[in-house]
Amino acid sequence: MSDTNTIISPENLIYKKTDVLLDNTMHYCPGCSHGTVHKLIAEVIDELGIQETTIGIAPVGCSVLAYNYIDIDWQEAAHGRAPALATAVKRLMPEKNVFSYQGDGDLAAIGTAETIHACNRGENIVMIFINNGIYGMTGGQMAPTTLPGMPASTCPAGRDVSHDGAPIKISELLAQLPGTCYVTRQAVHTAANVRKAKKAIRKAFENQQANKGTSLIEVVSTCNSGWKMSPVQANKWMEEHMFSYYPLGDLKDE
Amino acid sequence: MKELKLMKGNEAIAHAAIRYGVDGYFGYPITPQSEVMETLMAEKPWDTTGMVVLQAESEVASINMVYGGAGCGKRVMTSSSSPGVSLMQEGLTYLAGSELPCVVVNVVRGGPGLGTIQPAQSDYFQAVKGGGHGDYKLITLAPASVQEMADFVEDAFELAFKYRNPVMILSDGIIGQMMEKVELKEFKPRWTPEYIEENFPWATTGKKKGQERRIITSVELDPYVMEDFNYRLQAKYKACEENEVRYEKIMCDDAEYLLVAYGSSARICQKSVEIAREKGIKVGMLRPITLYPFPEKQLKDLAAQVKGILSVEMSAGQMIEDIKLAVECKIPVQHYGRLGGIIHSPGEVIEALEQKIIGG
Amino acid sequence: MAKAKGAIVVDTEKCKGCGVCVSTCPTQVINLAADVNGKGYHYAYMGNPDACIGCANCGVICPDTCITVYRAKPVKA
Repeated sequence: MSDTNTIISPENLIYKKTDVLLDNTMHYCPGCSHGTVHKLIAEVIDELGIQETTIGIAPVGCSVLAYNYIDIDWQEAAHGRAPALATAVKRLMPEKNVFSYQGDGDLAAIGTAETIHACNRGENIVMIFINNGIYGMTGGQMAPTTLPGMPASTCPAGRDVSHDGAPIKISELLAQLPGTCYVTRQAVHTAANVRKAKKAIRKAFENQQANKGTSLIEVVSTCNSGWKMSPVQANKWMEEHMFSYYPLGDLKDE
Repeated sequence: MKELKLMKGNEAIAHAAIRYGVDGYFGYPITPQSEVMETLMAEKPWDTTGMVVLQAESEVASINMVYGGAGCGKRVMTSSSSPGVSLMQEGLTYLAGSELPCVVVNVVRGGPGLGTIQPAQSDYFQAVKGGGHGDYKLITLAPASVQEMADFVEDAFELAFKYRNPVMILSDGIIGQMMEKVELKEFKPRWTPEYIEENFPWATTGKKKGQERRIITSVELDPYVMEDFNYRLQAKYKACEENEVRYEKIMCDDAEYLLVAYGSSARICQKSVEIAREKGIKVGMLRPITLYPFPEKQLKDLAAQVKGILSVEMSAGQMIEDIKLAVECKIPVQHYGRLGGIIHSPGEVIEALEQKIIGG
Repeated sequence: MAKAKGAIVVDTEKCKGCGVCVSTCPTQVINLAADVNGKGYHYAYMGNPDACIGCANCGVICPDTCITVYRAKPVKA
């Protein structure tokens, strides 16, 4: 018998999938950050014991089917409208835990008004924002967060700032609003970052339970299919290019 | 307790909503319906019934707030006027596609575009034919008095929950702005969370232990499943067409000519009927109260009796298409109506009847 | 030869072979298989099990949550 087989026993278990994450195989591409962030949300819901009181609002984009993976009640919103749904769900059922899960197109392009005004009203919700700088679901078009010079199918020569404007730093913008209590930018490309991101998500839900206002967690993410790289290359590219424009860390913590 | 009051149609909507136990109102100001939210804010129902009232950043946001609230099994509503209701079309098709009940009031003004703040009936097609994308319908009620503005809030919610479908109260700037006496019903308690839990097994109220998670969605990637869903929606609309048609007949028994009009136009036409009868013209009126489902059978029956029909609408002629379909071209059907916010007079209607139908 | 302190179990049918676990492993335990699973992915496996320290980095980072991690309790001397 090898060591390995003796080690694999219940008393030595240190990491396994939480039951709040369903067994359904995720439809995401190999290496996609969505899966990691879904897992973190499920783990936080499990650890806080709020599975029965949490309602998720899914977006339009790659994570439109997020409700297939986390075992809670969900509403699927029209593109960009998740903060409006979350507003009503929380206001009508203030005792529940409500979060929206949105990509960059959903949160920072088509739903900018809903995002800004939910944050400005200080809706007591959690907003999870996946920023991978591209439109994944529709096949790699330019996002509001596509970096200058970064190619996408609707800017094949790279984003031309003189034509398309500069990528929007929506988290910086939202941090200016009095309604937000916690705005942070995280990543999930290393184990250490995953652990930090989870702490941030947990804090956001705790803020909601303490009625502190809107918590926004941006996760700078990869879209290796859209970026046309391997998952590992994409992580490296993100470190080298995305983090200088979208620096990690807390933008606001009150 | 019941109360008799003098108020605007828009105000009546607000008072009726509070008294009926509506859980939430989400809206955005627009003329000529802003009194709905103004009245709600002045009444502060959050202190009495616990009703949530919120001014959203746009009609897009308010209809999506309605979606969020409806998904929780709450009685939620919004109101707006034509340009704002155009913005709500996305939300409405999602609500229909997710089978969510809600009430939307459209106090119609003249269009197209920003148009005018004066009353019109030119949003008929948008209301009864769906308005947004996909095969769906809005159950549409057309009030013709301030009393009906109040009463239809309750009726609309009952239909909305019976069919799990959005219901539109299609009013107009006249009914919204005019003052009449109205009997307000007694206060009813809002639904408790327990009541919602027992009655709406689809509502996202948090996944209880041992319970399947609940998902409110309109997306389905398997076309065969989506086709089945569409068939189910159509069956629902068919049941609605069979069971929910509402109308009013005025002096139809011996009528040789028929006016068909709804909402404020029906009030004008009622006067036209009186004047025409004094002149010896045997004219009656059918007032559809539900515009969808449309009183097709009643019109078909009347077509066997009368010589011609005048559809009187403050539009370029929208309801006339449904009338023509109902009577299957067996008798002449003509349209009369003023446009762009101008209200026709009873005399103009009689003149049109004489020229287009009697002399035509 | 190093004695393994940890071990992982990969749900090889769920694994999409993205290789993120391979790159995150501090002791180069994980390889992608030459074989493919039912979906055609070169799944992750413990190529060098003796080096595993049971840090759980692979499990934590796996986007498809298909890695379960075990760590041996320290043996008292």
